[in-house]
Amino acid sequence: MISRRNFVVAGGSSLLLGGCDKLDQSPAFKGLLRSADSLAKGSQRLLGRNALAPQYTDADLSPIFRSNGTAMPDTTEYAQHLANNFADWRLTVDGLVAHPLSIPLATIRSLPYRTQITRHDCVEGWSAIGKWHGVQLSRFLDAAGLSTRAKYIVFHCADRFGSTPYYESIDLVDAFHPQTILAWGMNNHLLPVANGAPLRLRVERQLGYKQAKFVQRIEAVDSLAGIGGGKGGYWEDASDYAWYAGI
Amino acid sequence: MDAIATGTDSAGKANASRRIAYRHRLPTRIWHWVNAITLFVMLMSGLMIFNAHPHLYWGQYGANFDHPWLSFKGRPIPGWATIPSYYSLAGARRWHLAFAWLLVIGLVAFLITSLMNRHVQRDLAPTPSELHPGHIWHDVKEHARLRFPTGDAALRFNILQKLSYVGVIFVLLPLMILTGLTMSPAMDAAWPWLPVVFDGRQSARSIHFIVAALLVLFIFVHLAMVVLAGPINEIRSMITGRYRIPPDRSAG
Repeated sequence: MISRRNFVVAGGSSLLLGGCDKLDQSPAFKGLLRSADSLAKGSQRLLGRNALAPQYTDADLSPIFRSNGTAMPDTTEYAQHLANNFADWRLTVDGLVAHPLSIPLATIRSLPYRTQITRHDCVEGWSAIGKWHGVQLSRFLDAAGLSTRAKYIVFHCADRFGSTPYYESIDLVDAFHPQTILAWGMNNHLLPVANGAPLRLRVERQLGYKQAKFVQRIEAVDSLAGIGGGKGGYWEDASDYAWYAGI
Repeated sequence: MDAIATGTDSAGKANASRRIAYRHRLPTRIWHWVNAITLFVMLMSGLMIFNAHPHLYWGQYGANFDHPWLSFKGRPIPGWATIPSYYSLAGARRWHLAFAWLLVIGLVAFLITSLMNRHVQRDLAPTPSELHPGHIWHDVKEHARLRFPTGDAALRFNILQKLSYVGVIFVLLPLMILTGLTMSPAMDAAWPWLPVVFDGRQSARSIHFIVAALLVLFIFVHLAMVVLAGPINEIRSMITGRYRIPPDRSAG
């Protein structure tokens, strides 16, 4: 039985909620809420521009590191790379650089690397702890001679959502952070396909959707306007996720 | 309550029913209403975020293959309790992370103002005699009988009010903010003590949820007390600051 009070409460709350839904879809109000993103970015940079993400020990590793996003890219090109053990996989570094690079995976795996045990935080709320082995992104950017005009680093990936290849971007503060690596290994093994083989980004102070997997190309740009829908990443364009994902 | 500018003659007891007192100062009133809206938005957008992964864990990590202490199937929170009412994690995060600033700035501003104008020391801090178990028990019994303070006693917070307001202002809201910050990967880098204090990001997420439930409990009790104590007088006093003093019961 619906009492009159319940009816009034339900009616009132649906009015309020309808108002919230309308506000949620209003571009002006959305923009107002969005301004909190730059507030978060600004204050987090102020509090610890170069601060290191917490590192954990072997004892803290998640028994199973949940794979998210694409578990197996469905293109024939990727299937061929996989069948070939990624022997012909190359990483392209281009855009606003003095010397564009195309580096064979074998060369990348032979470079000095870092091992770090860090926590992966999904935007949905869950966390997993994994051990990553990889080369600092700054090495590639230095080798390619990053232009002073460059403001963002864009990652182009081999996995597709529908017909769109996955892409993500970070700014130079995160790109040159010592824990930002292109990982080729996980938990003492080569990177499994489900976790982004053969090469994935680890940008440890950001949420999971920034951690591009199956990375094929790094592009230095001065603006995100020309990338995908212009918001800097696949989920940013497709579902309106915040570009700054430090919170 | 210190500067109770009783704008009346406190003379005759016959007059008592018309006595109006200035009970809530402007900073308190502004903060109260900003907070009312902010908490409403934080709770409902938070419940939408919970819908994205309705499982809670203890420790540093926790995902689908780990053991939750609380777990729901599907998206357990209905649309009437979430902002927005349709499923949108991105939208809910936008509301949540923007209103969080209002919560933090409001709390900090209220604390600074209320310490400086001595609202905290004078009105909120329990006195030693009030903390005596006998006194607390007496107030519990009076509340259970719905006998609320009258006369000048109605102008002071009783010990149960003091304890709940102090609990919300100094314990629950700061816990909410700190556990919220612990869920931010960049904050854990800037302030590495955060995940240490709460024993892990997933523990912080669980505490965030539990404290939110306690705040909901507070809001329900708070609203019930407002209704029982005379909603018009109570709400008016939180809007205009002016409160009609209930006639002294002992005066007959």
